[in-house]
Amino acid sequence: MPKGMFVDTSICIGCKACQVACKEWNALGEEPEHFDYAGGLPVKAKNFTGNSYDNTGALSATNWRHVRFIERGSSLEGNMAWYMMSDSCKHCAQAGCLEVCPTHALMRTDLGNVVVQQDVCNGCRACIGACPYGVISYNKQTGRVNKCTLCDDRIQMGLETACAKACPTDSIVFGEVDQLRVTARQRVQTLKQLGFAKAQLYGDTDVLGGLNVFYLLLDEPEVYGQPRNPQLPQRNLVPGSVWSIGAALLLGLSTLVAFRGRGVRNNGAAGKEA
Amino acid sequence: MIMGSNMAECHPVAFRWVMKAKETGAKLMHVDPRFTRTSAMADIHAPIRAGTDIVFLGALVTYIIGSEKWNSDPFYKEYVVNFSNAATLISGDYQAPDDLDGLFSGFDPNAKRYDVKSWGYQREEALVKPTGEEKTYAEMVAARVPGRPKTDPTLQDPQTVFQILKRHYARYTPEMVENVCGCPKEKFIQVAETLLANSGRERTGAIVYAVGWTQHTVGVQFIRTAGIVQVLLGNAGRPGGGILALRGHATIQGSTDIPTLYHSWSGYINAADARKSHETLKDFIVTETVPTAFWSNTPKFVVSLLKAWFGDAATPENDFGYNSLPKITGDHSHMPMFVLMNQGGIKGFIAIGQNPAVGGQNAEFQRQSLGKLEWMVVRDYFETETAAFWKRPGVDPKTIPTEVFFLPAAHVAEGTGTFTNTQRLLQQHDKAVDPPDEARTDQWFTYHLGRRLKELYQGSTRPRDWPIQNLYWDYLNEAENAAWRIKDEPSADLIMREVNGYTWADKKLVPGFTALQDDGSTACGCWIYSGVYPAEGQNRAAQREADEWVSPKWGFAWPANRHIMYSRASADAAGNPWSERKKYTYWDSSKDSGAKDANGNPIIGAWVNVAGDAIDFPITKKPTATAKGGAEGVGLNFHDGASPAIMKADGKFWLFAPSGAVDGPLPTHYEPYESPVTNPVYKQQRNPVAKTWGVKGNPYHEMADAAKYPIVVSTYRLTEHYLSGTMSRWLPWLAELMPELFVEMSPELADEKSVHNGDWVTVVTARGEVEGRALVTRRMRPFTINGQTVHEIGIPWHWGYQGLASGDVTNDISALVGDPNVSIHEGKVFSCDLRAGHRSAPAPELHQKLLAQQTDSEMTLASLQCNDSLGEVCNA
Repeated sequence: MPKGMFVDTSICIGCKACQVACKEWNALGEEPEHFDYAGGLPVKAKNFTGNSYDNTGALSATNWRHVRFIERGSSLEGNMAWYMMSDSCKHCAQAGCLEVCPTHALMRTDLGNVVVQQDVCNGCRACIGACPYGVISYNKQTGRVNKCTLCDDRIQMGLETACAKACPTDSIVFGEVDQLRVTARQRVQTLKQLGFAKAQLYGDTDVLGGLNVFYLLLDEPEVYGQPRNPQLPQRNLVPGSVWSIGAALLLGLSTLVAFRGRGVRNNGAAGKEA
Repeated sequence: MIMGSNMAECHPVAFRWVMKAKETGAKLMHVDPRFTRTSAMADIHAPIRAGTDIVFLGALVTYIIGSEKWNSDPFYKEYVVNFSNAATLISGDYQAPDDLDGLFSGFDPNAKRYDVKSWGYQREEALVKPTGEEKTYAEMVAARVPGRPKTDPTLQDPQTVFQILKRHYARYTPEMVENVCGCPKEKFIQVAETLLANSGRERTGAIVYAVGWTQHTVGVQFIRTAGIVQVLLGNAGRPGGGILALRGHATIQGSTDIPTLYHSWSGYINAADARKSHETLKDFIVTETVPTAFWSNTPKFVVSLLKAWFGDAATPENDFGYNSLPKITGDHSHMPMFVLMNQGGIKGFIAIGQNPAVGGQNAEFQRQSLGKLEWMVVRDYFETETAAFWKRPGVDPKTIPTEVFFLPAAHVAEGTGTFTNTQRLLQQHDKAVDPPDEARTDQWFTYHLGRRLKELYQGSTRPRDWPIQNLYWDYLNEAENAAWRIKDEPSADLIMREVNGYTWADKKLVPGFTALQDDGSTACGCWIYSGVYPAEGQNRAAQREADEWVSPKWGFAWPANRHIMYSRASADAAGNPWSERKKYTYWDSSKDSGAKDANGNPIIGAWVNVAGDAIDFPITKKPTATAKGGAEGVGLNFHDGASPAIMKADGKFWLFAPSGAVDGPLPTHYEPYESPVTNPVYKQQRNPVAKTWGVKGNPYHEMADAAKYPIVVSTYRLTEHYLSGTMSRWLPWLAELMPELFVEMSPELADEKSVHNGDWVTVVTARGEVEGRALVTRRMRPFTINGQTVHEIGIPWHWGYQGLASGDVTNDISALVGDPNVSIHEGKVFSCDLRAGHRSAPAPELHQKLLAQQTDSEMTLASLQCNDSLGEVCNA
């Protein structure tokens, strides 16, 4: 039975404890682009974005949790809302990164989480284009890609993920995905009864075969920067190939037809003169 | 209702419980100028202009007592008449702000102080009088039982507290809320209706506040108004009710319980004061003991404390060492201390886990003050702005004579100790690892400092050195340190035992403060903590047994492990629970109390608690017990069986405060000390007794400056950083979460100032300038106050010139001004202006310019007056 996480954004207070716990447990260090360095050590943080309270910006090879802040409405009109969502790898049941990896560096463990074996990855980066969420990323220092492992070293020992443990409001809960889905569906009903008409699950069984890390959102996925109906590029391989090869054949045939006449005409002219 | 607090951001772990309550159907309301991460979780967000909380809360008072529900449901009158001082008659000399243009009776404009006599109760004649013949402390206390307060339980007499309260807040209406607070009437009514709907027999509501209420010149009065609201709603002493005061740091509760405060001794006993009748121990006890509350036991707490301090050297003959103790002579709190330091009046300073160079109001003033010291010791994990003040930007270190010692401090996991958190809960945490190199815990530092001072003072014959010489200082237990690298760490266990208290001769732990004596046979370091370690092997701060509710076996809640104080109020006058749903403490007439009477027969009839919580009401005192007077009316005997507030002289919840608050018996709206708005409610603009220091370098904005500084500014904290950033701005993974100082503003203000999101902006006050990045957001909004647009901005104050995330010190623009009751600075609201672009010069240069400009003639009379309620520190 796959393990995963249910992230209930309706009780996320945007504290970023998940981001920090993840960095600390996985010894990920700071984001190099966020600092000026001197003597190899960070000396000044310079990554203010002006984008609400989100100075992290995106997931990276060394940043595996990213809390998004979405401001909607207006305090002046009394309809202000501030959505907070802790984004991470979704450990998709149909994982694009896993499917395209040529070296099998990417693997799925018996608990259902997808991890990058750092000693196998050759840094080809085929996986980056294959992820619809922009999760898996390249690390310039190691020359490999990396992403959230679902705290593989913790969960294989029966512990919960670091982010779930740190989350003060239990917005992130680790467990058996099937059981989490039961709780999550009930929670959506409760929220709907409380007047949150757009409360919905994202990543229940409908997205990419089901996301092992799935979300409760209070609005449409696009509001949270998530694709409503993500497609894996490689799913397009057969139709794409058919179109490409077909078009190539057609182009080739057209060329042959177009230039065939010219060759005969030239030969005829040469024959008449000789 | 969360107000004066941003609980989700500043107390995220405690906020977990708010979220759990929401899951079971609780309604969450957030009343705040800004829309914060707390507002995002709230069902209702009511925006109000900073500093107008008393208008909002006062309007709640009027709304509640005028409502149909409050007048038709008998619960409210029964609760209020029995449990509060609503029926008590106030002196005929009392005059209200409506009579006196915003002042109360008793104001002395020269001394800038209130004589509180006219706020007092009308009383019967006292049945006893002290003759001077009393020998024991108990006799002295018994001779001072005052006359019984006069009451009118029908609440009709115009001098009843209830009628005075009603008149006082009659003008505080939803319309006033809209005009003065800028909060839409409908929003206010929504909040009021929600509070009403969640009150009564079957439901309760809680109010939560933090420094958004305390950091005002009327801070104490904000909190008092909330207290009035909760009593009127019947929420005090009941589960799910009450007021949760969120403290500002982990264990700051502990640091006021066993205080690092100048004016307080352990357990909230006032410190010996040279200005009061505190000459001898007898004077002190007679002056400080409240004869008709549980405080009547003060002599036992004081003597036991002195015994803990001086051990064998404390004897009845030398008044347990009392006469050797230094006495306070004025306000020695942070702000006046720095004013004195600025004038060269303080030679040395020890800053332990404190960073006034960033956290202090008018921070450049405070950094300048540090430069007037001869020496300073800083203990911290990193070289804080305070430790590095002498090399800050804009300063030549050669010009600073101060000798600075930086001592590395151990982290919390590197020592054993307890935290006392905001709900009075002591929880022990154990040492996990030794600190590195020379880093040491605060208790190691304090213990060895004391030990060395004792050695240094050994030969002295000066009476003033007696306390140091005779301090009981035996806190080493080498066996405890055997497993660790540091062998001379003082024993947390020995300290805990002393805090709990023991009989002196055999050091046998006492079970609680009821075992303490006033004859020197017991010692106790902090009476309210007594019971935390009641017997060998029973350190209750270390216990960790949770249940689904109160969890009395998890940690220890002072006093005596009572989690809900005054829970007698969770039962009606007859002692029956108000409802099955809200059953908590109630009278069980058939229960064997466990106590025996004079003939050895069991006493039947006792108060019981459904959750195993400790009860602070006398266990066998009947709910219908009559009150006693005279010599028999000592302590709780003075109170009848329906008096839950055992620490108050009359046993009742105070709607009207006849004493205790120096700025008024009833909260009254005054504008913040600096405001662009003329007080719409009274002629009196500001708190008439606010603490001010009209010294050079600390100019205030007067009403004449309103056009120059028209914007309201509030300073606050974010989740990502810790206070002055000493623990967070040095860690890369925290620094990158919030790397730079920013200024939150509404799009309307940004347009007015031609500022775009992310631009550099500079905020200006008479004290200085601060530059930050503009964060233009719809979460901020302008307010319409009496037809005029008032803009508000918000600035987090975490940044300083040290660390990985560095930036301007927000407090460079705030002023030294404070609440007159507790000297807390008004950091939550003052006025400013804002312009696009960078700061014009570094802070030290701006400060020098300010000093040069401030000739005496330029400082107004109002700001030249120093008022720290005792007028001690001000030589301007």
